[in-house]
Amino acid sequence: MAAHVGVVVFPGSNCEHDVAVALERAGAEAELVWHTNQDLRALDAVVLPGGFAHGDYLRPGAIARFSPVMDAVERFAEAGGPVLGICNGFQVLTEAGLLPGALVKNQGLRFVCSPASVRVDSDRSVLTAAIEAGRTLNVPINHFSGSYVCDGRTLGRIRENGQIVLRYVENPNGSLDDIAGLANAAGNVVGLMPHPERAIDELLGSTDGLTLLGSFLQSAAGARAA
Amino acid sequence: MTSSVLRTEQVDGVQRAEMGPGPFHRRLGLTDDELDRITLLLGRSPNELELSLYAVMWSEHCSYKSSRLHLRRLPTSGERVLVGPGENAGVIDAGDGIAVAVRIESHNHPSAIEPHQGAATGVGGILRDVFTMGARPLAVLDPLFFGPLGDARQRWLFEGVVSGISSYGNSVGVPTLGGELTFDPCFAGNPLVNVLCVGALPIERLALGRASGPGNLVVLLGSTTGRDGIGGVSVLASAGFSGADTTDLDTAKRPSVQVGDPFEEKRLIEACLELLDAGLVVGIQDLGGAGLACATSETASRGGVGMEIDVAAVPRREPDMTAWEVMTSESQERMLAIVTPKDWPEVEGVCRRWDVRATVIGAVAEGGPDGGRLRIRDGNGPAGGRDGATLGKDDVLADVPASSLADAAPLYDRPMAIPSDLGARRADDPTLDEPRGDCTAELLSLLCDPSWVWRQYDHQLFLNTVVGPGADAALLRLAGPGLPNSERGIAVTTDSAPRWCAIDPRHGTALVLAEAVSNLACVGASPVAVVNCLNFGNPEHPEVMWQLSETIDGLADACRALGLPVVGGNVSLYNESGGVDIDPTPVLGVLGLVERLRRRPPGTGLVDGTEILLVGPRRHHRSADPGGLPLAGTRWAVECRARRGGVLPEPELDAHRRVARLVAALVGEQVAGGNALLDSVHDVSGGGIAVALAEMAVAGCVGASLEGLDGHAELFTELPSRFLVATRRAGDLLERATTAGVAAAVLGTAGGDRLVVDGLVDLALERLQDRWNRSLEGQLVDN
Repeated sequence: MAAHVGVVVFPGSNCEHDVAVALERAGAEAELVWHTNQDLRALDAVVLPGGFAHGDYLRPGAIARFSPVMDAVERFAEAGGPVLGICNGFQVLTEAGLLPGALVKNQGLRFVCSPASVRVDSDRSVLTAAIEAGRTLNVPINHFSGSYVCDGRTLGRIRENGQIVLRYVENPNGSLDDIAGLANAAGNVVGLMPHPERAIDELLGSTDGLTLLGSFLQSAAGARAA
Repeated sequence: MTSSVLRTEQVDGVQRAEMGPGPFHRRLGLTDDELDRITLLLGRSPNELELSLYAVMWSEHCSYKSSRLHLRRLPTSGERVLVGPGENAGVIDAGDGIAVAVRIESHNHPSAIEPHQGAATGVGGILRDVFTMGARPLAVLDPLFFGPLGDARQRWLFEGVVSGISSYGNSVGVPTLGGELTFDPCFAGNPLVNVLCVGALPIERLALGRASGPGNLVVLLGSTTGRDGIGGVSVLASAGFSGADTTDLDTAKRPSVQVGDPFEEKRLIEACLELLDAGLVVGIQDLGGAGLACATSETASRGGVGMEIDVAAVPRREPDMTAWEVMTSESQERMLAIVTPKDWPEVEGVCRRWDVRATVIGAVAEGGPDGGRLRIRDGNGPAGGRDGATLGKDDVLADVPASSLADAAPLYDRPMAIPSDLGARRADDPTLDEPRGDCTAELLSLLCDPSWVWRQYDHQLFLNTVVGPGADAALLRLAGPGLPNSERGIAVTTDSAPRWCAIDPRHGTALVLAEAVSNLACVGASPVAVVNCLNFGNPEHPEVMWQLSETIDGLADACRALGLPVVGGNVSLYNESGGVDIDPTPVLGVLGLVERLRRRPPGTGLVDGTEILLVGPRRHHRSADPGGLPLAGTRWAVECRARRGGVLPEPELDAHRRVARLVAALVGEQVAGGNALLDSVHDVSGGGIAVALAEMAVAGCVGASLEGLDGHAELFTELPSRFLVATRRAGDLLERATTAGVAAAVLGTAGGDRLVVDGLVDLALERLQDRWNRSLEGQLVDN
């Protein structure tokens, strides 16, 4: 049975349809979940898509973290459910404290939309579990605030735990330690700045996004079996 | 209602919109004759509110009073055209049950004084024009024109405009897929910021900006109404910049620039598309220039009905606004919808879900044989503001025929004159006497890498972008949320060449259209529709009217020759500074279709080991130049030699059609998944073969070697209808060309790490790449 994945829609989200299309291409059944929804128990996995939730006003993710759905996302994650935050979704997860650190404005203080190469550096996460470490993937980036920061103690901890799951081959935004994707300690909550849903078709230039989403769906199926 | 034509001799002398002392109508920008005309239409003297409504609706920006007589000469019908000019956007039938809406606009004057917000609200406005038709906006393109970047003010304008487009477009969630970048001293005092939007819709969702059904509710959706942007269309858009020192304009006119909120617009888009999907609106129109005055009078006029509006019901963001402020405010992110009373609760529900404000501000009224009347009230209480003094009974603040605002502005047949220096300018042809120089250095100086701009734009949202910015044309899958499945693609390009149009607006415009068609061919698309944004100087200068008229004739002739309808357009006049007009700058947006889009087109990048051919004529035999390699109006002549004169090659559109069709067919076969004859393809345009070849080398990271070119003239000429292509099967390609009656010749090969044009250019690939990478960004960083 196909994994049933919820794609959360905040007012101002804009990648939700693209993510749904990509998840379905990878074999899932995708459902858009409105941000006022407070019960995610019927889902096998949850994705927070990219965009500008609540206009990114104040700070990306700063308002979205107070949306009613976020309490449900937190409970879902606590129960071990796979949660993926893409771009703005990653920013929301850090604001909500589900992932450590923060995402600040890019070095150079400009928006960057471009292809990017990322290296899988850890398979200890729901996003990368089925991908061999060291593999390089082409997945585009599209953000203004994608430069990851955290304090030194946190950096030591996330390195040690293998929580840094993706690193940029060439750092495009000044991100600390070239971090492009990060998991929580348990590995079931992952955020990444690149957009895997934009790399699902040769017509668009890459299919490497399907590798990531396929791995995420395998983890979702595993979580359900467990 | 038909408008009579006023000769402008009658009204000269009080033409300029000068705010200051004097009669009220003149302070609003209306002439004495226009006041007389209003009095005649009403059968009485207008009150101040009514005058204010006429002032904005009869402004140049809203009424096209100087250009409308000429615009009628453009061909507007075609078999695919569903909606032509006059609605909020043109719409064509793309097949498979999908319609495509397209619209182009200018936001020149707001961007000149507040570049970030000016450009941002330009994006917001064009999106509303497209989704009001029921289309989901899928792509934005931005043609931009500034003075040279050596000047700090130009850098401020350029960076501000780009950041405005980036922040609004990215946040609102519509990808920006291309545009154009032109730097020329004529734009230093008056930059141009044009914006084109393409959207798609299931054909049955097509909506029109027309009110109907007396008793239906007039509903204002979206943002609150404030004092921002009052007089935008009259004060800002319909008058030139007077001072040579443009900085003193900032403080005076900045309050007329609106401020955008892309988050509000994003929710408005989703709410409106949901309302249209559910069939909950009778008619819908965006509020842009002239705000409520425009949206109410235009929807009523198109529907032949009247409208009763209560300004007291309009949600405000500031206290103590008068009725005229409410009616003419250009506050952004607002839409006007006509809704039946039965559907109103459901409409309220959809809007509540998207957190979009929805307020009933009036009702549709019966129309008569001449249409209906627009009546404006201010609640049930005593009418406030200064209008109160002149009120009639029943608190009716204004009572005018709706169509008189929308359609009865006078049409001006303004005097035209050939520029007095045109003969001398055309005689000064660089083809004849400009000597060869250091071609390598000149080539390097003509390079411009626009990626600094488009890397700041989200150009991938919706998973449709097959070819994005930086290529000859953008190519998209025809797909999006709610659209029927289709294998088709749409291509879109914007083109202009003010340096051509300055010496010959008629031929220059025709050549620009030819160029746009070539750009579409490079991604395998056949052209189907044209939109135009006509950026010109002051229409009260007879030379400017001549340029406008010649441009429209050139466009009309070229559209007929190429079988293309014009489905929409925008005229931006008064682009002048200190009395000096910009060069005539018609910007053409052309939409193309690809029947089957399964593979990526070859792209511009050279491939090692291929042969490089020129497809299209090598010389032009109707050129004034005996050698057939004209240099007049080329980037080389203008930018390397400061020569702005000469005679353009005469367009040969039948021949052009053959060449473009051949290339579109060759690339079309490849994108359909068939025969892959080409390894790379690039249109030869600004900078000629030299720049085209250099761009192909940079894109492919491969050198090239060409032989047999006839001096610097063949290197830099911008003759139309030509493509550089690379292939491993030159024989097959030459055969296809011969069959199609198209000239083609092998010029050389791709490979190695140098770019060599025998006897003219010799350059290490590395140096070329380095120069390319710094060509634009270096000007921003170093200064």
